[in-house]
Amino acid sequence: MITLDNVSKTYGSGPGAVQALKEIDLQVPKGTIHGVIGLSGAGKSTLIRCVNLLERPTAGRVIIDGQELTAMDAAALRQARHQCGMIFQHFNLLTNRTVYDNVALPLELMGQSRQVIRERVLPLLDMTGLADKAKQYPAQLSGGQKQRVAIARALASRPKVLLCDEATSALDPQTTASILSLLQEINQQLGLTILLITHEMEVVKTICHRVGLISDGRLVEDADVGDFFTAPATQLGREFLNDFLKLEAPQALIERLEPEAGTNTHPVVRLTFSGDSVATPLISRLAREHGIDVSILQAKVESIQGRTLGLMIAELMGSDVQTREALTTLESFDLHVEVLGHVQRTD
Amino acid sequence: MSSALIDLVWQSTLETLYMVAIAGILSALAGVPLGVLLYVTRPRQILAQPVVSTVLGVVTNVGRSVPFIILLVAIIPFTRMIVGSSIGTNAAAVPLTIAAIPFVARLVEGALNEVSPGLVEAAQSMGATPMQIILKVLLPEARGGIINGLTITIVALVSYSAMAGAVGGGGLGDLGIRYGYNRFNPTVMLITVVVLVVMVQLFQSLGDYLVRKSDHK
Repeated sequence: MITLDNVSKTYGSGPGAVQALKEIDLQVPKGTIHGVIGLSGAGKSTLIRCVNLLERPTAGRVIIDGQELTAMDAAALRQARHQCGMIFQHFNLLTNRTVYDNVALPLELMGQSRQVIRERVLPLLDMTGLADKAKQYPAQLSGGQKQRVAIARALASRPKVLLCDEATSALDPQTTASILSLLQEINQQLGLTILLITHEMEVVKTICHRVGLISDGRLVEDADVGDFFTAPATQLGREFLNDFLKLEAPQALIERLEPEAGTNTHPVVRLTFSGDSVATPLISRLAREHGIDVSILQAKVESIQGRTLGLMIAELMGSDVQTREALTTLESFDLHVEVLGHVQRTD
Repeated sequence: MSSALIDLVWQSTLETLYMVAIAGILSALAGVPLGVLLYVTRPRQILAQPVVSTVLGVVTNVGRSVPFIILLVAIIPFTRMIVGSSIGTNAAAVPLTIAAIPFVARLVEGALNEVSPGLVEAAQSMGATPMQIILKVLLPEARGGIINGLTITIVALVSYSAMAGAVGGGGLGDLGIRYGYNRFNPTVMLITVVVLVVMVQLFQSLGDYLVRKSDHK
């Protein structure tokens, strides 16, 4: 539904030029929720603004529903934008219009009659739970309610695509959850394709099907959410994940970690289980088959997009041969093993 | 206070109101579009036109920097062309209008500048034309600021209209100068000042009320 083909964006020219986006290729299939995550200044905002050409890419093509936006003149682009709703971090509601009139705005811009506007706006207010707020002004609403108005407004022109620019970043966790479930509902009921950018892993975890990771203007990862949460391909991805899961080895242990195995050391591993491997009685098998002891330092279970994800940091205590065999066994399972380092034996 | 004096004050009040009304309405009609143009042609705005923006900016600044009393006499030929005479109340309304247009324009530009760029961006994302953005987003969102600017303009016009006496325009200021100052009549001076103060107060209160009523920020 959305295709970014080799999209680059450069601000300025000459030696002072800033390359905000570098050769981005991105595909968002119809009906999916695709998240793009990244640190501040990584180019997330520029990326989403390039999709509806609020920012014009300096190179590359943007294609939405088979139409190449980058090839259009101004009038055609305005038409195409009716297919593409957008919501923003700071809501961007018109303060001097009521809730009803805010939602009606895109339809007014399209030149729809009052009758049509009424028929479209009222159900949207119902769907977003704002029916009793129709005559109020945005200043009278809470942040969550404002974002609901913005969502209703973005849907008024019956778009095929919804772009969300840090839509929950200004909201508290509870309100975030309710906005996310509304977005999910819209995705499921209307089959709307959603592209969202965020710096919150929680958002990706809760509603996204796929996730891209942007760093320094480049899309460095693009994976199914389940895969990303089990085994991020990049260091930055791992940092995001660790930060989100708060699963770090205890500080005292990290200080003792050696990068290479010595004569008298134990490996410390991070195990990430997903799918069926969660159910495997792994620890007891290691103990029984390899005669080693497993000391669990940290553990956590998360549910992501219906998939169960288990994480564990553990020290494998045994002889060199035993632990090496144990690691081989671990790798033969459907799980991700990362050796964090080695610690001196204390036994 | 003699009835002749009351008549005189009443007559002068009407003259002041007349000049202020004419100049206020005409300068709003010309100044609001000019202010919009100043704003939308700025770099990175919806109709960015660097040359137009610079030229309009210079013209506006020139208009604002000429002292009113000089403008009043400098444009006498133009005034004669417009109203057929260079003296009288109508003749005074012409330079008042000319002086107020760039004043209104800058205040409108400032009010538009207060509109969050995010709102313009949101409208663009909905496929709004530049004209729709002006009419449905910029002007309605800046409504409070624009009314505030027009109130300031009206009050300034009341003050400027005191100089209209120089071209025989009449009004309260002229009354104060001729009767109060030149003929050493402190009563007349006091009355004109009191009437002007009350007038300004009323305009300001009306303006504030309209701002409150129209703005939902």
